[in-house]
Amino acid sequence: MSMLTINNVHTYYGNIHALRGINLTIEQGEIVTLIGGNGAGKTTTLRTISGLLKPREGSVTFEGENLAKYKAHELVYKGISMVPEGRGVFSSLSVTENLEMGSFILKDQKEAEKNMEHVFTLFPRLKERRNQLAGTLSGGEQQMLATGRALMANPRLVLMDEPSMGLAPVLVELIFDIIQQINKEGVTVLLVEQNALMALSIAHRGYVLQTGEIIISDSADKLKNDPAVQKAYLGME
Amino acid sequence: MRTSFGERMLDLVVTGFLWGIRIAILLAIVIGTIVTVSKGHYTSEQWIGFVVFGVAQGAIYALIALGYTMVYGILRMINFAHGDIFMTGAFGAYFVATWLNTIGFVDRNPFLGLLIPVLFAMILAAAIAMLVERIAYRPLRNAPRLVPLISAIGASFFLEYAFRGFFGPGKYAYPPIKALDGGWTIFNVEIQKVQVLVVAAAAIMMAILYFIVMYTKVGKAMRAVSESQDTAALMGIDVNRIIVSTFALGAAMAGAAGVLFSLVYRQIDFFMGFTPGIKAFTAAVLGGIGNIPGAMVGGLVLGVFESIGPSLFLEGLGIPRPYQLKDVIAYTMLVMILLFRPSGILGERLSKKKA
Ligand SMILES: Nc1ncnc2c1ncn2[C@@H]1O[C@H](COP(=O)(O)OP(=O)(O)O)[C@@H](O)[C@H]1O
Ligand SMILES: [Mg+2]
Repeated sequence: MSMLTINNVHTYYGNIHALRGINLTIEQGEIVTLIGGNGAGKTTTLRTISGLLKPREGSVTFEGENLAKYKAHELVYKGISMVPEGRGVFSSLSVTENLEMGSFILKDQKEAEKNMEHVFTLFPRLKERRNQLAGTLSGGEQQMLATGRALMANPRLVLMDEPSMGLAPVLVELIFDIIQQINKEGVTVLLVEQNALMALSIAHRGYVLQTGEIIISDSADKLKNDPAVQKAYLGME
Repeated sequence: MRTSFGERMLDLVVTGFLWGIRIAILLAIVIGTIVTVSKGHYTSEQWIGFVVFGVAQGAIYALIALGYTMVYGILRMINFAHGDIFMTGAFGAYFVATWLNTIGFVDRNPFLGLLIPVLFAMILAAAIAMLVERIAYRPLRNAPRLVPLISAIGASFFLEYAFRGFFGPGKYAYPPIKALDGGWTIFNVEIQKVQVLVVAAAAIMMAILYFIVMYTKVGKAMRAVSESQDTAALMGIDVNRIIVSTFALGAAMAGAAGVLFSLVYRQIDFFMGFTPGIKAFTAAVLGGIGNIPGAMVGGLVLGVFESIGPSLFLEGLGIPRPYQLKDVIAYTMLVMILLFRPSGILGERLSKKKA
């Protein structure tokens, strides 16, 4: 059984038909990437999985359970965390407070503290800035914070929406190293990216989304060498 | 953008007019003050007395203002029924206090005799505010911003006339509490026990509220929800529960304020929430709506201004009964802030941001 199965999902914004029947599966332990241009429906896909949007048709199944009956905040308890597009840190809260919000669902204070220490070892920079307001952090630091915050709830599946957006190459490198590291620690990752080359370099498999439809799905290596993908998403002729 | 000559002239005229008002009011205040001070009508003890009265009044405004500002912070909505929530607290306390008084409990134990009605008022006000949120606001969460505002006005009328229906249009006398009679004279300034109690109680309540918002999990979640409901939900925060808690917390403060108000003025009626409600809203706007310390500062500033204003500048202007214009000061201030400094003393711009 796959960890996550998206079956023929249609999502709308009012009359706008943003997802047109997509199918996607993720196995436990994988890094799967979803690539596609602006407006393809990548964010909509993640928001549909995380419960912020509900599909009008089709189903999302996580660990064998249909998610239709759950509200977004309940899915965090199921083990799904998200790093939203544009980071979405709480800018008037401090770094520590942001991380505390990440562990909101944990009853055990000790466990929350342990997770925060873990995040601080992944991102020592955050520890240095722990009392600073998140709004005063640089873009890279905010991405670290948003990533660390998603890990605070002990997720089994992390959804990441364009973590490389607007970051210098060194920082993109750093974030992607961390993604690989948390994956080795057992966290399954769905990575949405426009930076297809970077995403395919760490992912096991990938899907290509175009105007609300999945047009290609394959192993990351095959996608990297697919002429159509190279032309459209890797900037190669 | 192209603007015609006519539009630019109109713009100039409006700007000029607004500046005219601003200067006229400033001049009136300055001249009135100079005249009053030069006449030496009041002693400095009297002035301090006005300030003490203003601080006590302002502390009550501040307590009510917190509810306006917290709800605005989390929903970007003005809860116009908040003044009536204050009234429900006062009524609840009245019945409990009257009963405690008749069985002689208040005389035996004045501290508990005061505390129990306050706690009851807080719980009652919180419960009513939670119902109002659930019935009148939550179904309209995604409606255009004007719609919940109208619903709030409806809720306000509903509460007023429901209480009038149950308890009649007359005034009820809040039972006297012997322990609060009298006061002290410090350096020739007379300070009443009630005033001390009001200021101390309000300060304690505000400290508790500040602690909750800044340091507890629920308080941090309130701040997170006020930044982004979606992102908060992604943290596993039940946004509706946090919104209800915000209403309840703000209402508890208003309920307590209702009791303090009753202790000072000794009478309650179904309409008593209207004027303090608008004053507290003014205080919230004055401090910067959405800003919690702002509401506290705004309440105190408004209370003091209102208390010294009539003697300080209205009398100097030769206005015959300046005290009757006390309320006008607050309303003038509200209009002035909205026109000239919508961000208030400490806060964001009400007119621009998401309004
Ligand atoms: N809040 C919204 N209201 C209406 N349409 C939206 C909204 N958000 C996204 N869309 C539309 O849905 C489509 C997919 O958007 P999105 O999922 O954000 O794409 P991506 O993340 O791949 O850039 C786009 O056509 C976009 O214009
Ligand atoms: Mg997107």
